[in-house]
Amino acid sequence: MRTTRSKRKTVNDTLINRFDIVRREDFSDVTYLLEVHHPMMSRAAQPGQFVIVMSHSDGERIPLTIADFDREKGTITLVIQAVGKTTLEMQQTCQVGTSLYGMAGPMGIPSHLSGAKKVVCVGGGLGVAPVYPQARAWKENGAYVIGVLGFRNKDLVFWEDKFRAICDELIICTDDGSAGIKGFVTDGIKLALEKHPDIEEVVAIGPPVMMQASAEATRPSGVKTMVSLNPIMVDGTGMCGGCRVKVGDVVKFACVDGPDFDGHQVDFADLMVRLRRYKEEEKAATERWSESCRMRNVGGEVIAFPE
Amino acid sequence: MAKKRTVRSIPQERTPVRELDPVVRATNFEEVNCGYTEPEAILESTRCLFCPEPKCIDGCPVSIDIPGFIQKLGEKDFRGAYDVITGTNLLPAVCGRVCPQENQCEGVCVVGESLVPVAIGRLERFVGDLAIQNNWVSLPYIEPTVYKIGIVGSGPAGMACAADMAKAGCEVTVFEAFHEPGGVLRYGIPDFRLPNTVVDAEIEKLEQLGVKFECNTLVGRLFTIEQMIKELGFHAVFIGTGAGYPTMLGIPGDSLNGVLSANELLTRCNLMNAREFPNVDTPLPLGKQVVVVGAGNTAMDALRVSKRLGAENVTCVYRRSKAEAPARAEEVHHAEQEGIEFHWLSNPVEILDDGEGSVYAMRCIRMELGEPDESGRRRPVAVPGSEFEIETDQVVFAIGTNANPIIGQTSKLKLNKWGYIQTDENLMTSMAGVFAGGDIVTGAATVIEAMGAGRKAARGMKAYLGIRDVGRADRTEMLFGLSVREHNFTRVRSA
Repeated sequence: MRTTRSKRKTVNDTLINRFDIVRREDFSDVTYLLEVHHPMMSRAAQPGQFVIVMSHSDGERIPLTIADFDREKGTITLVIQAVGKTTLEMQQTCQVGTSLYGMAGPMGIPSHLSGAKKVVCVGGGLGVAPVYPQARAWKENGAYVIGVLGFRNKDLVFWEDKFRAICDELIICTDDGSAGIKGFVTDGIKLALEKHPDIEEVVAIGPPVMMQASAEATRPSGVKTMVSLNPIMVDGTGMCGGCRVKVGDVVKFACVDGPDFDGHQVDFADLMVRLRRYKEEEKAATERWSESCRMRNVGGEVIAFPE
Repeated sequence: MAKKRTVRSIPQERTPVRELDPVVRATNFEEVNCGYTEPEAILESTRCLFCPEPKCIDGCPVSIDIPGFIQKLGEKDFRGAYDVITGTNLLPAVCGRVCPQENQCEGVCVVGESLVPVAIGRLERFVGDLAIQNNWVSLPYIEPTVYKIGIVGSGPAGMACAADMAKAGCEVTVFEAFHEPGGVLRYGIPDFRLPNTVVDAEIEKLEQLGVKFECNTLVGRLFTIEQMIKELGFHAVFIGTGAGYPTMLGIPGDSLNGVLSANELLTRCNLMNAREFPNVDTPLPLGKQVVVVGAGNTAMDALRVSKRLGAENVTCVYRRSKAEAPARAEEVHHAEQEGIEFHWLSNPVEILDDGEGSVYAMRCIRMELGEPDESGRRRPVAVPGSEFEIETDQVVFAIGTNANPIIGQTSKLKLNKWGYIQTDENLMTSMAGVFAGGDIVTGAATVIEAMGAGRKAARGMKAYLGIRDVGRADRTEMLFGLSVREHNFTRVRSA
């Protein structure tokens, strides 16, 4: 099948082109953390930015929001949820001691830290990770930070301690009430807004539905609400236009004009339709991959996959 | 001594080149134009009149000594022909394939006044391919300097600038945001027009000159242009980031699923090899009825890629007529051969939703040509009441690109009102030591123009750094492989 495939081998063994994984932590069956050594990127990274990761030479370029960066250790932290072929595969292959094939970034415009004195940082599910550097930056800026974290249940909760260390108040919400309050992050936002009428800004990161609900929760009070959008991307440098989103009446490219936008202006319906673009291909690729893994593992260790 | 050639004495017909059969090639990504064989190339070389005042050299954006290399070629001194070309053009195998020769060298060829002009592009490609096959490298004597040069973007402008600066003895590093170098040659131009193996070969030659490539490096965000000069120790920087920010038409429905830019289609297909999905991970679900808007080279590439990916009907919609289409004549011709349908003088007005967020049709309006506009082309005017619908499940916009905003966002360089970088006549930007060229300065243009800009910036850079531009030594002045003119053996060097 391979016709005129490029034979070029890009062996990059220089400081900016090595992406060694130095730490890994599994939060649950589907969520894992990778800490990648890249001193130059850790110095450049700002809250709100993302990277494009390729796990191997035939892989996809996937955008992942930077969950943390440590300038002293020179590392970039990514928190990944195994949902599709690439992320499931990475869950198996990305171990400490291995390297990523490519990681480009930091991309996107860093989050704008206004002079707000009291803010709410909302993270839903995986969005808890990328909201962390923002919350920390606000704290360093001298703001009163209220964290609102949403998970499906107690087992999925992660980074509670990290947030406790930087938040003045922390509200944990779970769908079944097994940890914190029972309810969605919107309930947490409402609680915070009722208690603190002087909240100046809300930052919400998570699945599109959750960001939309958060924006709706703050719309009546008119509190500025920033969301971090995660549309489908290829290059992340403004070149393909695959990540275009409607903000107000204007079309923006999330990779170079964002990824942060005013949540009250974003057309979430449009975003969600566009996110479904490759659903069938994604499903087919995941099934095909799971199948090949099962075959590889006949007689050996059996790996369970979410059906 | 052979008789002086005249228009009457040379072969009257241009030597035809073998091409893959349109029916077969429309199903694969093999290169369409097979290139000249040696006898064909020599026969075609006899059509050059060796004019005393060759117009073709002026027609070439980088002023290749065209009669010079054709003469060597006719003498079967292929290596000599290659050395003549590479004196000015680093990438003959690329330019022979993708230059719009009919508007450049071949457009002004004297033979072309009465016959079909000499096939300069095909001859250039013949020489370039031979060089790749035989692994020829024109490695000049390089006198090392202390200078470190950073090049931002590994496309044609960056490659040309890198080559010249490496030859001038500088330590050159090229930064590329993608995981593979080559820029538009890699992600944009498809394999059937410019195989990636050719790009690989040309990049390898640069590496032999000592140029380093650093991929996965987004300059502006990983480090800024200012940091390159102040912290990373680069003495001069060249910015050739291109104009790859695609324009959408701004008509109702252009954010529907199934509407994408030609850049996205081509990047998925060429760079990410999505045509091999699911063997590679990047998908590219292609429609059965594909409509491409625009008629430039990118549009032709998008049309022909769609056809090869298995679309049943591929249609081009362009608001002007065929005569105004900006694509190379050969590309339009190849597209027609491959069964692409053309709707000239049609302008899209709306893309229609199937109710689930995907495209099901595009509404267009017929146009007619009115008075010429500023670009000299006749302005298309809508014909009232002439609307019609084309059924489609995929719309590709190939209607041009804008300046990439990243460098502008992250540096203090002066930009013009469209976001392109402002430069002086030597291509230096508002920041000392920082040069820019190619599409990021001029807006979308051609590969060879970008290369010309890269070389021009290199000249400016050498002047800025105080490196004497030694030019290329004549073969006759070479002694022990060194230039007599430049290396005065009696001169005493101060340490």
